Amino acid sequence: MASGEWSAENSSRLGMVVAGSLTEGVQVKLDPDSSVESVKVGAFVTLQGERMRFFGVVTDVSLGSTDPMLSASPPDVSDPYVAKVVSGTAAYGALTVEPMLTISGDDPALLLDGPQPAKTVPAHFAETATATERDIELVFGSEGDGHFWIGSPLDMDTRLCLDVPELVMRSNGVFGKSGTGKTFLTRLLLAGILQSRAAVNLVFDMENEYGWRGYGEGGSEVKGLKQLFHSQVAVFSLDEESSKRRGLTPDYVVRIGYGEVQADDIQLLRETLDLSDVAADAAYSLERHFGEGKWLAEFLAVRGREGIFELADATGVNGNALLRLQNRLRRLERLGFMDDTGHDSVKQILRYLDRGMHVVLEFGRYGRNLAAYILVANLLTRRIYDRYVERKESASEDKSAEPRPLVITIEEAHKFLTPGVASQTIFGTIAREMRKYNVTLLVVDQRPSGIDDEVMSQLGTKITCLLDSERDIDAVLTGTSGSRKLRSVLARLESKQQALVFGHAVPMPVVIRTREYGSPESYQSLGWKDAEAMRAQLEQDVEDLFG
Amino acid sequence: MAIGERVGEVVEASTSRFVAQCHELYRAPPLGALVRSGSDGEAVYGVVAEVATRSLDPGRRAMAMGHSAESVEAVYERHPQLNRLMSTELEVMVVAHRSGGRMERFLAPSPPRIHDIVYVCGGAELLEVSETLEFLPSLLGSPVGSPDDVTAAFLRRVAAEHPDPERLRLEAGRELAAHLTGQLHRLTGILRRVASG
Repeated sequence: MASGEWSAENSSRLGMVVAGSLTEGVQVKLDPDSSVESVKVGAFVTLQGERMRFFGVVTDVSLGSTDPMLSASPPDVSDPYVAKVVSGTAAYGALTVEPMLTISGDDPALLLDGPQPAKTVPAHFAETATATERDIELVFGSEGDGHFWIGSPLDMDTRLCLDVPELVMRSNGVFGKSGTGKTFLTRLLLAGILQSRAAVNLVFDMENEYGWRGYGEGGSEVKGLKQLFHSQVAVFSLDEESSKRRGLTPDYVVRIGYGEVQADDIQLLRETLDLSDVAADAAYSLERHFGEGKWLAEFLAVRGREGIFELADATGVNGNALLRLQNRLRRLERLGFMDDTGHDSVKQILRYLDRGMHVVLEFGRYGRNLAAYILVANLLTRRIYDRYVERKESASEDKSAEPRPLVITIEEAHKFLTPGVASQTIFGTIAREMRKYNVTLLVVDQRPSGIDDEVMSQLGTKITCLLDSERDIDAVLTGTSGSRKLRSVLARLESKQQALVFGHAVPMPVVIRTREYGSPESYQSLGWKDAEAMRAQLEQDVEDLFG
Repeated sequence: MAIGERVGEVVEASTSRFVAQCHELYRAPPLGALVRSGSDGEAVYGVVAEVATRSLDPGRRAMAMGHSAESVEAVYERHPQLNRLMSTELEVMVVAHRSGGRMERFLAPSPPRIHDIVYVCGGAELLEVSETLEFLPSLLGSPVGSPDDVTAAFLRRVAAEHPDPERLRLEAGRELAAHLTGQLHRLTGILRRVASG
């Protein structure tokens, strides 16, 4: 083996390939000088084969011995010399490495399209070493040019990037149990999409975390998108008072008319409002009876038990079901952003999106009301999506007239995408259609097992923080190749600042330490300028313009 | 014994081992010592695997004579013929040879001649032979004496001469481990003997 050829900087030899297969991964026997404790699952390694160089990931670390009796009758290793010789030779460390990609070799596709999925394994005795920064850049791309720095591989400071144009091409998911850093990751992803200009964002911001400012662990304040990318982000609010209390004047205050609610929306609220199937289905009868656009206001205006039963007779629906439906829907009357008049919130949102601005819709105090969140997100998305479909279809001749790709972020996604309702909601439609109409989703959820399987399998890229429920892990890995190995990686993530990324935006599954967010340096690395830097920039611009 | 000292001469030889009779009773190099037969240009190197002192006449065994003597020296002084009736012999496992000035760490094509002089090796010569230790399996598989003790004794002697004994011991230990797969307790036994030097 031409070991002299690969003198890549910082690379350190770990051992050599001694067995394996493409399906099970290759076995690497560690050199006596490489400690098994210094290699972690998920670490990147390179394998120098005879003709190709492979890039792989450590999927298991094990202890082996050349003597089958070792475990039954271990040697006396009280002498340090004996211990030193025996460990690494008769008793050795071994790695299981999954060769993921070929990164150099005689395949012409490597030159044209970069790293290719590994379709073979390195030969016996292939030298195995830790991957260098250059290897990582070769595989994941370097920052800029559509690649966004999302974090670093474990135990390395290299910047690991996501391919943002590839990311926004499909719907994506951010998962993890609560407190594992989903919001931070999502905020980073939104910033990445924003910086790359690959798409515009519409964020249904349940906890008011993304627009103006959010809170980190221990209550420390972090800047939201509006503070970082001032002129490119518009914050809409359903609760102006709450926004103002938080020091923000919203760009637009969203109000929803009763007339905008459709019977479909009520289906989605079935679980949240605790409605029976009959009661939820009654909404369709009411819509037929009163007419679209009027049914909710008129239904809520019906007073008294008698009135309801008369209506029940007229519509052929069970009176008690109707009574229950009205009782539950009266909760909507308490939502301050709902009124009788029609509004142009959708038009306003589209106006901003068309200008390439990113819209964050804050829910203020209504974020705690799940019914309000589901209702508004569903209602606005459905109408925005309709407009996108119209415009996309009418632009079939003229590509330049196509609407800008849109990424809609929803939290508590399992409420919208449960197996029962996913097929009926607009979110289910978007998730399944990929980007046919230039609209994709970014679903943020802590309970992925609650999301419809079909939707989960359509997600292009999944970014997963720690999950500890077996069902959630299963759900996230549905339809992913090599899921058995990923499962062991996923279950061992640390509870903070670590995530497993896999899917279309990365060439191979990878565990990352999430990029830091919250310090002045982190803001600057995202392009934020403090007041002084802004002034200097302004002066420079003036100088450039007027000499 | 001093390095380069003449030990004795070859009295029995094959390609894998030879027997040397010492010129002087009891004046034999220790177990595990490296010896050479032949001159510098063409030589056979071996490791002392067994040292034995016995009667020259295989039919006549030595008898106890020290009943009234104060010490063993007194016995030899009173019976000077003993030095002629007995001899000390070495059994040597061949590990390397020099051919045309070049060191090869495997068996020589032909054995040493009978009556070739045998010398004790050390210093630079010992380090040269043990530069790589690919001959360790032949020591470990020696049919003569106790191969584990011979191997350990040889490695102790190399380490004593080596500029970096720690590294030598570690490398030799790893080499042994590679040859003793599945024999962990034998390995640790040898290692402990190497370490105690």
